[in-house]
Amino acid sequence: MIAFRGVSKVYTAGGREVAALRNVSLRVEAGEVHGVLGQSGAGKSTLIRCANLLERPSEGSVHVDGQDLLALSPEALRKARQGIGMIFQHFNLFPSKTVAANVAYPLEVAGFPRAQVRERVEELLSLVGLSDKALAHPAQLSGGQKQRVGIARALAPRPRVLLSDEATSALDPETARSVLELLRDINRRLGVTLLLITHQMDVVKAICDSVSVLERGRLVEQGKVTELLARPGTRLHALCFPPFASGAEAPTGRRVALTVAGESARRPLLATLARQFDVDALLVEGAVERVGAIRVGRLLFDLQGTADAVSQALTYLREQGLTPEEVPHG
Amino acid sequence: MDSQLPRMLGVATAETLYMTSVAALLVILAGLPLGVLLVITDRGGLWERPALHRVLGALVNVGRSIPFIILMVAIVPLTRLLVGTTIGTTAAIVPLVVAAIPFMGRVVEQSLREVEHGLVEAAIAMGSTHRRVIFQVLIPEALPSLVRGTALMVISLLGYSAMAGAVGGGGLGDLAVKYGYMRFRTDVMVGCLAVLLVLVQFVQWLGDALASRFDPASARASR
Repeated sequence: MIAFRGVSKVYTAGGREVAALRNVSLRVEAGEVHGVLGQSGAGKSTLIRCANLLERPSEGSVHVDGQDLLALSPEALRKARQGIGMIFQHFNLFPSKTVAANVAYPLEVAGFPRAQVRERVEELLSLVGLSDKALAHPAQLSGGQKQRVGIARALAPRPRVLLSDEATSALDPETARSVLELLRDINRRLGVTLLLITHQMDVVKAICDSVSVLERGRLVEQGKVTELLARPGTRLHALCFPPFASGAEAPTGRRVALTVAGESARRPLLATLARQFDVDALLVEGAVERVGAIRVGRLLFDLQGTADAVSQALTYLREQGLTPEEVPHG
Repeated sequence: MDSQLPRMLGVATAETLYMTSVAALLVILAGLPLGVLLVITDRGGLWERPALHRVLGALVNVGRSIPFIILMVAIVPLTRLLVGTTIGTTAAIVPLVVAAIPFMGRVVEQSLREVEHGLVEAAIAMGSTHRRVIFQVLIPEALPSLVRGTALMVISLLGYSAMAGAVGGGGLGDLAVKYGYMRFRTDVMVGCLAVLLVLVQFVQWLGDALASRFDPASARASR
């Protein structure tokens, strides 16, 4: 649905060339929620703005819904943009227009007949739960309400793609969560493909199916969120599970760190070790995260038992497709 | 106090109002597009035309830097061409308009630049044409500030019109100079100043009132 091929963007600032994006290739399948995760200055903003050509890439191609955006005439590009909704960190609602007029704006742009505009505005305001605010001005709304209006406005002309530029970063955690739920819900119910950028791991965990990690303009990691989280050594895994803090404590056996996800998180692993190999696992530290419908856990434990039994237990874990990491003490 | 005074003041006020209002209308008609052009042709604008932007900017600066009294004399040929005469109230409108257009252009430019860029970007992301961005986003969002700027322009036109009057244009300035100053008629001088004061106050009040009428933030406060 969205495909970036070899996209680079170079700015000239004060005679110096600054590369915001370097050879970025990215695919987002239809109906997917894809997150681009990166620190500020990594180029995320440039990346998402290339998806509707608010910025023109210096190199590469951008396809959205089968159209090569860079090949379109200005008129055709405007038409294409009507099928690509966008929401913003600071909402960018029109302050002089009412909520209803804000939502109506893209419909007027798309040339909907007046009666249909009214009907569609009502429908969208009820979708985001703000039917009673139709005649209010944006200044009278809370941040969360503003973003809901932003979402209603972006969805008005029934776009197949929605771009989210840090849409929840300016909101408090509670409100951010409810806006993310709304986005997830819209993605499921309307099948809208969602490309979002964020600097918050929590956003990726909450709604993304797949993720790209951007560092200094380069994509350094890409894949399904659950797969990357389950694999120690990935950036996503490291971001989600910071290193354990109990290195200084003397271990009471062979100290092992283990990431369990999906299926393996549902089995009583530690109990199995005790039963089958006569090995006790003493839990030292651990964290469990919910990612969509699955659980991902990162555990640190000491295996106590004979050297043989412990080795057998570790082999068993590897056979289960897990990667126990022995943590040297000191 | 002589019985002529109210009549003289009345005629002069009518002349001033005529000069100022016709000029103001023409200045708005020309200044608004000029201000819009100054904004959209600039680097990063909707319709980037750096060369045109520089030319317009230079013209505006030239217009703004010529003292009105000199401009008035300098454009006499233009005035004659347009109005057929260089003396009288109608003739005074020409220099007034020429002097105030660059001012209005800058006022409009400033107002439009205050509109948050994110709004323009959102409008473009929704597939808006440039025309729609200008008329549905830039101008409506800048409206309170545009109205205040227009009031400012009208008030400086009142000031200019007094000068124009003094060199044969009629109006309050003419009356104040010819009678109040040259014939030592303090009552005429005071009367002219009083009327000008009231006019300026009225324009300012009207501008402020309209501006808050269009400003969603203050409309909310009064609701």
